Amino acid sequence: MPEPLIVARGLKKRFDDFEAVKGIDVEVQPGEVFGFLGPNGAGKSSTMRMIACVSPASEGTLRLFGMDPAVDGAKIRARIGVVPQLDTLDTELSVQENLWIYGRYFDLSRAECRRRATELLEFAQLTDRADSVVEHLSGGMKRRLSIARSLINEPELLLLDEPTTGLDPQARHVLWERLYRLKQQGVTQVLTTHYMDEAEQLCDRLVVMDQGLIVAEGSPRELIDQYSTREVLELRFGAGTNDQFGPQVVGIGDRFEVLPDRVLVYADDGEAALAEAHHRGLRPESALVRRSSLEDVFLLLTGRSLAD
Amino acid sequence: MSDTSIVLRIIPVSYLSGLGLRRPHRMIERHVMAYRRQWLIVVSGFFEPLFYLLSMRAGVGDLVGDVSVAGRSVPYDAFVAPALMASSAMNGAIFDSTGNVLHRLKYARIYDAALATPMGPADVAVGEISWALIRGQIYAIGFLAVMAAMGLTESWWSLMALPVCALIGLTFASIGFLGTTYMRGWSDMEIVNTLMMPLFLFSATFFPISSYGGWAWVVQLSPLYHGVALVRACNAGVWTASLVVHALVLLVISVVMLAWGSRRIDRLLRR
Ligand SMILES: Nc1ncnc2c1ncn2[C@@H]1O[C@H](COP(=O)(O)OP(=O)(O)O)[C@@H](O)[C@H]1O
Ligand SMILES: [Mg+2]
Repeated sequence: MPEPLIVARGLKKRFDDFEAVKGIDVEVQPGEVFGFLGPNGAGKSSTMRMIACVSPASEGTLRLFGMDPAVDGAKIRARIGVVPQLDTLDTELSVQENLWIYGRYFDLSRAECRRRATELLEFAQLTDRADSVVEHLSGGMKRRLSIARSLINEPELLLLDEPTTGLDPQARHVLWERLYRLKQQGVTQVLTTHYMDEAEQLCDRLVVMDQGLIVAEGSPRELIDQYSTREVLELRFGAGTNDQFGPQVVGIGDRFEVLPDRVLVYADDGEAALAEAHHRGLRPESALVRRSSLEDVFLLLTGRSLAD
Repeated sequence: MSDTSIVLRIIPVSYLSGLGLRRPHRMIERHVMAYRRQWLIVVSGFFEPLFYLLSMRAGVGDLVGDVSVAGRSVPYDAFVAPALMASSAMNGAIFDSTGNVLHRLKYARIYDAALATPMGPADVAVGEISWALIRGQIYAIGFLAVMAAMGLTESWWSLMALPVCALIGLTFASIGFLGTTYMRGWSDMEIVNTLMMPLFLFSATFFPISSYGGWAWVVQLSPLYHGVALVRACNAGVWTASLVVHALVLLVISVVMLAWGSRRIDRLLRR
């Protein structure tokens, strides 16, 4: 097994007396796409900022490429690319100037900056916007530019904090496709998201994070197999009446969960569960059988949904 | 470590390299890129002291008559011109190191982006202070050219005023930068404007320090006063031992503020 790219042990982050990250252990292997899945406030960004060597760890050990951020922060940063949660593009510069100056921060020659910028503009589908002012770009374009910028130093490790939050579905799919290409090129990626579909699409392995702690770890498939049933039956009764029907589904599947707008019945055979519900005389306004997702895993582990 | 214990540090270079001082010139490169399209803004701050000079020559000078400096009698505009030159270096440095730095620090988030690369907090601080200093220097050069054209320079010694103005720029850029790291928002810029005016007026700019009587010690607290004394000496070509003290005051202020400012950037942005 190769040396892990990232090793964190008992990693903590405190802000004054508030503990945002409460001691996590993480290992990321070269070439892997690793995810932090969790709701807002889980501590994902705090963790990412420590890994990016822009925020010192309050406690625990962290090693990237075998180096300590407290000692070799600049050396580590030279080998990674960072896409922060909020774009930090330079709004006083044009699209390509953003790439040029960023390359200069990494000590690339001017000629090399221009060469890579041309390539990356192509990669980010921004070639025809090269001279545009950053302010005039759409959200999706800005995000693509942020990713292009993070690649200017040809990083071995790419950190993406909520790469697609706030983007429309089309823009998200474009981004996913670009990230998949990078994976094929062997770039290790660590990303955070609160979209379960994004985590399922992109991550080889992920951790579910909640309130500063890791509550589960594995591949998306493993997590679903371990924590959920194969299928889920969703029953929607009228608004405000869902909680009354909860008790009536007891025993239909392995478990059930009552949400404000629906009742979830966890069963390996969803159709059979639906037949049983009908047999018991239940008449929901709508019923749907679907495969289990990471959303269900999260719900089971934390009792809350990811969107909270 | 508290901010104030920095003041006690006496080896700022090793201190700064601990805060990542390796490529401060990249900040300057970034600004050259950004200002290529708006160079007029850079030049505009030069005109204020120039207008003062013109008004001194046209009106006030005739009313006031000659002033006695270091035992010699000089016309009022020749007395005021070096002080205005020092002020223009101060203005350039302060303009950039306060408003522009605040914008880049809090709103444009330029430094957050830079700190995600091998750049360090000291690169940011030293780069920004150097840029502000350069801006002050541009004003000073322009000002000296105008002085020469108006016959207010007395000898080639006047050229020595340029490195002196660089020192003045360094001092005020460092002060401005540090102060800006403590600003909460745009409203705090009012404090800068409020402080600049008395500094400009009461740094032995328009009257010799002897005319301040018992209040002379207050004037000596102003960094600009020390700058003005140096530029005046350069313009007159009169060298005294006290000039070393003036230069040292500015140098010490600069070094302390610069190290402290780097520390502040580290504290603010790498938390
Ligand atoms: N700079 C900071 N100062 C104080 N509290 C912070 C700071 N950054 C984050 N927090 C707090 O830490 C917790 C985790 O935040 P964050 O890491 O941003 O979570 P996530 O990215 O998962 O939404 C939140 O409660 C947030 O308010
Ligand atoms: Mg976040």
